[in-house]
Amino acid sequence: MNNILNEIGIENYIFLSVILFSIGVFGVLYRRNAIIVFMSIEIMLNAVNLLFVAFSTYHQDAQGQIFVFFSMAVAAAEVAVGLAILVSIFRNLGSIDINNLKNLKG
Amino acid sequence: MDTSLTLLLLLAPFIGFLFNVFFGKSIGKSASGIIGTLTVAVSFAASVYFFMQINQTQQPIQIQLFDWIQISNFKVDFGFLLDQLSILWLLFVTGIGSLIHMYSISYMHDDENMHKYFAYLNLFIFFMITLVIGSNLLVLFIGWEGVGLCSYLLIGFWHKNQEFNDAAKKAFIMNRIGDLGLLIGIFIIGSLFSTLDYATLKTAIAGATDLNMYWISAAAFALFIGACGKSAQIPLYTWLPDAMAGPTPVSALIHAATMVTAGIFMITRLNFVFDLAPDVQNIIAIVGAVTSLVAATIALVQTDIKKVLAYSTVSQLGLMFLALGLGAYEVAVFHVITHAFFKACLFLGSGSVIHALHGEQDMRKMGGLKKVMTITFVTFLISSLAISGIPPFSGFFSKDEILMVAFEHNKILWFIASLASLMTAFYMFRLLYLTFFNDFRGTAEQKSHLHESPALITFPLIVLAILAALGGLISLPSNSWLNEYLSPLFTKVATEEHHFGTSEYMLMLIAVIGGLVGIGIAYSKYIKQNLVPEEDAKIGGFAKVLYNKYYVDEIYDSIFVKSINGLSKFFRDNVETTLSTLVFGLGKVTYEIGFQGKKLQNGSIGRYLFVFVLGICAIITYLFLAQ
Repeated sequence: MNNILNEIGIENYIFLSVILFSIGVFGVLYRRNAIIVFMSIEIMLNAVNLLFVAFSTYHQDAQGQIFVFFSMAVAAAEVAVGLAILVSIFRNLGSIDINNLKNLKG
Repeated sequence: MDTSLTLLLLLAPFIGFLFNVFFGKSIGKSASGIIGTLTVAVSFAASVYFFMQINQTQQPIQIQLFDWIQISNFKVDFGFLLDQLSILWLLFVTGIGSLIHMYSISYMHDDENMHKYFAYLNLFIFFMITLVIGSNLLVLFIGWEGVGLCSYLLIGFWHKNQEFNDAAKKAFIMNRIGDLGLLIGIFIIGSLFSTLDYATLKTAIAGATDLNMYWISAAAFALFIGACGKSAQIPLYTWLPDAMAGPTPVSALIHAATMVTAGIFMITRLNFVFDLAPDVQNIIAIVGAVTSLVAATIALVQTDIKKVLAYSTVSQLGLMFLALGLGAYEVAVFHVITHAFFKACLFLGSGSVIHALHGEQDMRKMGGLKKVMTITFVTFLISSLAISGIPPFSGFFSKDEILMVAFEHNKILWFIASLASLMTAFYMFRLLYLTFFNDFRGTAEQKSHLHESPALITFPLIVLAILAALGGLISLPSNSWLNEYLSPLFTKVATEEHHFGTSEYMLMLIAVIGGLVGIGIAYSKYIKQNLVPEEDAKIGGFAKVLYNKYYVDEIYDSIFVKSINGLSKFFRDNVETTLSTLVFGLGKVTYEIGFQGKKLQNGSIGRYLFVFVLGICAIITYLFLAQ
């Protein structure tokens, strides 16, 4: 069977996925701009998607790939809602710095 | 028919109460008084009807309104029992009650709160009727507490005077002590027999073979404590003299004729319980005799006209308790009735005097009223003769029977009671002479206003004086209607007719001579020598001890009030501070936790996310390690 994994190897996919995920995590933790935080979340999501697809191919099982379709659809919807929230935050506060979002302070 | 009539009898005063509470102010003083009087008169009419009926049929009327409490096999009905005893009590409660209501219309006419007065008085009659006709101890207890409440309200009726308020509180608290005893007695009886109903109780006791005598004695003693509180016996008598702070008709109705006899009623009602506890009966007899003597000695030197009568009431109640303790219930009941007549008359007479003198109660500032207030004087004289035990007035017969019973049982008790009777004659005539004879000692202005009281006041006086004079007829020594009438109530026939021998006549003679000696001493002191009691400051020696009522109030104050105050202070200063430190400490800890905890919610999304990631890492690590 002509498998793409034969040429590159599953480990590399896993490493890439971990690197992407970590980039996402650090982006979320260190950036203050809400849009960048948002993008970082998307990176994490896609890192996971990548892993999903890789394992799906590895196991010769299409389920993982189908799952990724769902996940991407949900992510698209989530982005739409998230961006809408960000727009409304910007309209209200004039900034999208997450340090300014302290109205929930106890 | 009987049920509805009983309800009418019971509720008429209550309707009067409601009416006076809600409309009393708007319909005017006289109207509110008339309504108050009429409602009680209705009750009196119903009582008379029942009296006629029971005289014919001899059958007690039992009315069960509804089941009240039912817990497993313990059952209390809300019902009424109209038997010989309760109807007798009803007759003089409502009868004297209506007379005193009538009297009050005139007596209280200058008071701005007259409607309130009549409302309370009607409420009192309502509760008194409840107390008397209840078919079990719990209904009696409702009435018992109710009359205590009304007594409190009426003693403190002139509530702008702090002393009167204190007297009202004192009466209430002293009564509470007694009430606790009554309640404990009711509990013991309830747990012993699983019933509080008089009739059931009587059959249960008559049929029982293995009674727990110890607990029955305890119950009897507890009930006796209750009676002590309500009927002002040693050691709980001190409230009654202070209760004279109330309006005089109230003193006549509640604190002489009716409420204070509730204890005697209760003991007579439960005579079958007390018969089983001879030790308690002895205590009752001794307490009664001692009370009658102590109160009589205090009355010897009092100068307030109402105080003398108050101590005289305590003394007479003591005699009744003596009779109860000796098992002569019908004799006690007889004395209750005659006492109700003459003492109500005496109190109302003193009220008439006080009314004429515009509130003056000190006998040292009276005198010579005989000429002006003829009707009051004559009725007062008749009642004084009655209470002193001079034949043929009513008090002679009832007191004589008590003395005779005492003589049969115990010579010492007889001697004490005779001494108390002698003193009674003395202080009553001291009062009479100081008030009505010689010259007037008040101010000239008072003298110019002296007048006989209006007909509304004198009419009840006349009626009561007639009753006080003739009341003895209901129980003549040889042919006692009362004993026969009451005989279904008592298990043992206590009325083995006094076989009239020389000793009985001797006793009678001694009693009469004793009374005459008392009157004679009073005559020589206050008429012949024209003495007037000294000013307060000049009283010395033993008279001072008596004048200050043996300092009983002060002793109670130092023993009970002070120690309780000390205890309260101790608790406030030590226990309460510890407890509050503890409680406030708990609050503080919670607050501190919250204060620190709220720092977590600092609103910084970055921090939240950091913790969030840390948490995920922790979970993942855990999952890895767990595998």
